[in-house]
Amino acid sequence: MPDKPKVAFYWCASCGGCEESIVDLAEGILDVVAAVDIVMWPVAMDFKKSDVAAMPDGSILVAMINGAIRTSEQEEMAKLLRRKSKIVIAYGSCAHTGGIPGLANQFSREQILNYVYEQTPSTVNPEKTRPELKFGTNGDSVTLPVFFDGVRSLDQVVEVEYYLPGCPPTPKLLSQAIEVLLSGKLPPKGAVLAPDIALCDECPKKDTKPNDLQFTEFKRAHWAQIDPAKCLLAQGFICMGPATRGGCGGQCISGNMPCTGCFGPTSRVKDQGAKILSALASQILAKNETEIDATLGTIADPIGTFYRYGLPASLLRRKINEETKANA
Amino acid sequence: MLSNLSQNTTNEKWEPKIVAFFCNWCTYTAADLAGVSRLKHAPNARIIRVMCSGRVDPQFILDAFAKGADGVLIGGCHPGDCHYMEGNYKALRRMRLLHRMMYDMGIEKDRFRLEWISASEGEKVRTVINDMVEKIRALGPLGLPKRFVEWDKEMESFEERVLGKEEAVHA
Ligand code: SF4
Ligand code: SF4
Ligand code: FES
Repeated sequence: MPDKPKVAFYWCASCGGCEESIVDLAEGILDVVAAVDIVMWPVAMDFKKSDVAAMPDGSILVAMINGAIRTSEQEEMAKLLRRKSKIVIAYGSCAHTGGIPGLANQFSREQILNYVYEQTPSTVNPEKTRPELKFGTNGDSVTLPVFFDGVRSLDQVVEVEYYLPGCPPTPKLLSQAIEVLLSGKLPPKGAVLAPDIALCDECPKKDTKPNDLQFTEFKRAHWAQIDPAKCLLAQGFICMGPATRGGCGGQCISGNMPCTGCFGPTSRVKDQGAKILSALASQILAKNETEIDATLGTIADPIGTFYRYGLPASLLRRKINEETKANA
Repeated sequence: MLSNLSQNTTNEKWEPKIVAFFCNWCTYTAADLAGVSRLKHAPNARIIRVMCSGRVDPQFILDAFAKGADGVLIGGCHPGDCHYMEGNYKALRRMRLLHRMMYDMGIEKDRFRLEWISASEGEKVRTVINDMVEKIRALGPLGLPKRFVEWDKEMESFEERVLGKEEAVHA
């Protein structure tokens, strides 16, 4: 019997939710295990980096890597798995577009370290000790990975064949992806393995979405009672549906929560944040600057709202800090 | 001090690059008029004709900055005069929010401007462009493409870093 195709799972800067979503295949995971050999899966199985390093290049069929890239250790593992694998899949929002960790791209490395090691209310660090990359004791030395200045999506670090979007991807999309990969009928390189339609198109509330919304204020989900029968934008809640790829089945909407955009943009959109900004702002009722600003003022945090999962993959990628300005 | 000096020497050769999206019916015509009447404005603006200021997708503006613009200017018909009725109001609403968001991303306010300039206001094209060029000159280059390269340098020394680390571990 020929060897079963080899599959690796790995996590980088992530929360563990993507790992959970693999386990969420439930009994389905047994079919996966029957069809493939898992050669790396730190969260569930005891393989070492050296086991993977010892494998011939290209001998893994698929590596599914979740999480963004923030440290040199993550970069190193991504590069190792890239070399060993025929197909690399960016699994979940963080690997796909930078994800929640990517919001840290509003701050420089120095601002982050300064806050964490000196400023937080719970920090007592009079000597202002910071982690060191190398530390020697008793003739032994230990090392820490480099903490990069910014957060990157996986494809900003290694070549990526496919993307599975979502925070996390749904078990349905995962099993479909595995099926496609094992069938050998591969989609074109660079494909996002989810439908290329806006979430509104598959939303159960889409019939109640008016053509012109005429916003006078934007509400946050905890401010007011949400009418479960009506489009959330029509009620003034910011819903990322118009600028977000479908395929999740409208999970949040069905739970009566606005979409926060985790599936990223469709293929026709370069910058998800600019897209939703455009869609929302152009439908404000007011016509003069003062009133327009008053309506816009109800959006507390445009970057955190519009780029919640995608700042590193956006056109600007990160905030232009004074520090980064100085050396440009 | 040194870094200031070197910045100054690079600034001497640098000229502000402005991408200007002008509406076909008003501002583009005004720019034409400015040309015909030989009104001199700084040569720093690359003018792109669009049918209406409402056609300017915020993605175009971010893309212009990402590709190296130091400033972006949008020119449209005065309120009430848009050929397509509502286009310039849509532009105004979008740009108010975009302006705020770009500022939060570290792009100075003076790098972006929306102006209503009617077909007969050739003189205004000139004053707006000249004024914008001066303000951007004072700010210096935004230089995003260069910055992206700079940011990614931390990814370049991979072999060195990893090998260096392994040596350290095995030493
Ligand atoms: S805006 Fe949100 S609630 Fe309304 S149709 Fe689109 S996805 Fe559904
Ligand atoms: S509704 Fe939006 S935020 Fe929720 S799972 Fe779907 S794409 Fe993600
Ligand atoms: S046609 Fe000039 S702004 Fe719309």
